[in-house]
Amino acid sequence: MLLSPTPLHIPDGFLATWVSILGWVLAVIVIGIALRQTRQQLGERQVPIMGVLAAFIFAAQAINFPVAAGTSGHLLGGALAAITLGPWAATLIMTSVIGVQAFLFQDGGLLAFGWNVLNMGVLTAFSGYLVYRALRRMTGDNPGARIAAAFAAAWLSVEIGAIATAIELAVSGTSPLAIGLPAMATVHALIGLGEGLITAGAIALLQAARPEVLSAGERAPGRITSGFVLAGLLIALVVAAFSPLASPNPDGLEFVAEQRGFLDRSLEPLYSILPDYTVPFIQNPAATTIAAVLLGTLIVFALAWVMGRRVVGVEG
Amino acid sequence: MHFSLLDVYQPRETWVHELDPRVKIVGTVLFILTVVTLPEDAWISYSLLLLVLLFLAVVSRLGIGFALRRGFIALPFILAALPLPFLIPGEPISILPVLGWTITDAGLQRFAAILVRTWIAVQAGILLSATTPIPEVLWGLSKLRVPRVIVATIGFMIRYLFVLADEALRMVRARSSRSPDLDGVPSPGIVWQGRTAGMMVGSLFLRSLERSERVFAAMAARGYDGELRTLESPRMRSTDWIGLTVWLLILMVFLFVGFWS
Repeated sequence: MLLSPTPLHIPDGFLATWVSILGWVLAVIVIGIALRQTRQQLGERQVPIMGVLAAFIFAAQAINFPVAAGTSGHLLGGALAAITLGPWAATLIMTSVIGVQAFLFQDGGLLAFGWNVLNMGVLTAFSGYLVYRALRRMTGDNPGARIAAAFAAAWLSVEIGAIATAIELAVSGTSPLAIGLPAMATVHALIGLGEGLITAGAIALLQAARPEVLSAGERAPGRITSGFVLAGLLIALVVAAFSPLASPNPDGLEFVAEQRGFLDRSLEPLYSILPDYTVPFIQNPAATTIAAVLLGTLIVFALAWVMGRRVVGVEG
Repeated sequence: MHFSLLDVYQPRETWVHELDPRVKIVGTVLFILTVVTLPEDAWISYSLLLLVLLFLAVVSRLGIGFALRRGFIALPFILAALPLPFLIPGEPISILPVLGWTITDAGLQRFAAILVRTWIAVQAGILLSATTPIPEVLWGLSKLRVPRVIVATIGFMIRYLFVLADEALRMVRARSSRSPDLDGVPSPGIVWQGRTAGMMVGSLFLRSLERSERVFAAMAARGYDGELRTLESPRMRSTDWIGLTVWLLILMVFLFVGFWS
């Protein structure tokens, strides 16, 4: 029950060997920096705090609720950990969680471990943290806005993890970008709702019960570095998405174009969830999706704002 | 206690169980590296690799079907590769009845290769964790130069996993006894349910944070200063070296067969 594979844990066999090794190299660099940063942040409490909270993330994934169409909402946890402890500590916590899932439960591969850490640990933690911080700064010290920011941050973190996964699969020649990217992005737009609701609820409770935990999270290291880390990874992914590697076979692209008819038909039900999912004037499916995600974020933020105020209204 | 890791490790007294954990970890990683590096159509090598795994499953007395069955755990992910048979150009083999899409030989081959590679790679991981107790895996990782802070964090995580998972499951049970799913009663909306789940996660977070503070206080009282010290470790025996060498030779032969046949 705790071990059901989630669509973001890439097993071995899906990534090309050189892609896996590149992922390991990047992950080792980021984890190395994270080790230094959290040592400064937590000192000698580093191991006990991160260990128990990694167990918390694992255990919290058991608390779920039905979302729609047989999927259940449950926590990935990167954004929540980053909001409460800062992105560097969150990176190490998620590395431990993903490591145990890979080494003990074969949930996610050993060679794919590097990318799994980057997708589900680093990208979720840093994007969640940056979105949360940016929204908090824009809205000032308003409890409803803080909950809304947590929702938007968590939703977007899952979405970015999913897009990154789709790009890595495309570069490995496993899943064509034109299909994989919209499919992953759409499915995780739904899964992200669960992540967003749970994270927002957790932040609402922390705010009511122990607000000092949240302000400690905002003082955690990562304010300056996090922008560089996230930007670096995202630029690398975007370059990969637009490179010819994403379609290793030039004939493959022609073939896709030829069968365009069936593609459009098969994607129709996916697009209908978010009507403006295809932004006009942009022909490339990757660019379309990225633009649509940004648009979606704005919509989600507006929704989250309304919902956040409702939660606060109930709480008094 | 409703949550257990007990069925992951399978205690037996065989030479596979007694191999040095470093040998098993390195061997597993190299094995998976071999599986994913082989060319797509290296079916002979794939079969040989599978045979080696079956042999190991038998000599470690796990039973021949043990890893085979559990190996299917990663297969839901194959959805991601589902478009391949229709998209890779090649000789058309057959046409999907209702939709009229053509399946090509090259596409089908890549799809089948991904399926088989994943299945074999997962089984290698299953054999590793079934024949090696968790503390030994962690010890092996730390000896293989994984930073000690990470290994220690994972050690803590596994210790408190049971405690916190039980706590989470108690909360879930309390929730379902207070708000059961009854016939004729409309279930509350997704926002309400999500908020409730979030509040539960939030309070579990607070309990975990407080527990970690208590744990640290107890450790500090016993002299913990942030440094992790371990006892002298056992050395590699000659059987471990032989096992590793034989393993490397087998993998190299299979790579050779895969690339030159």
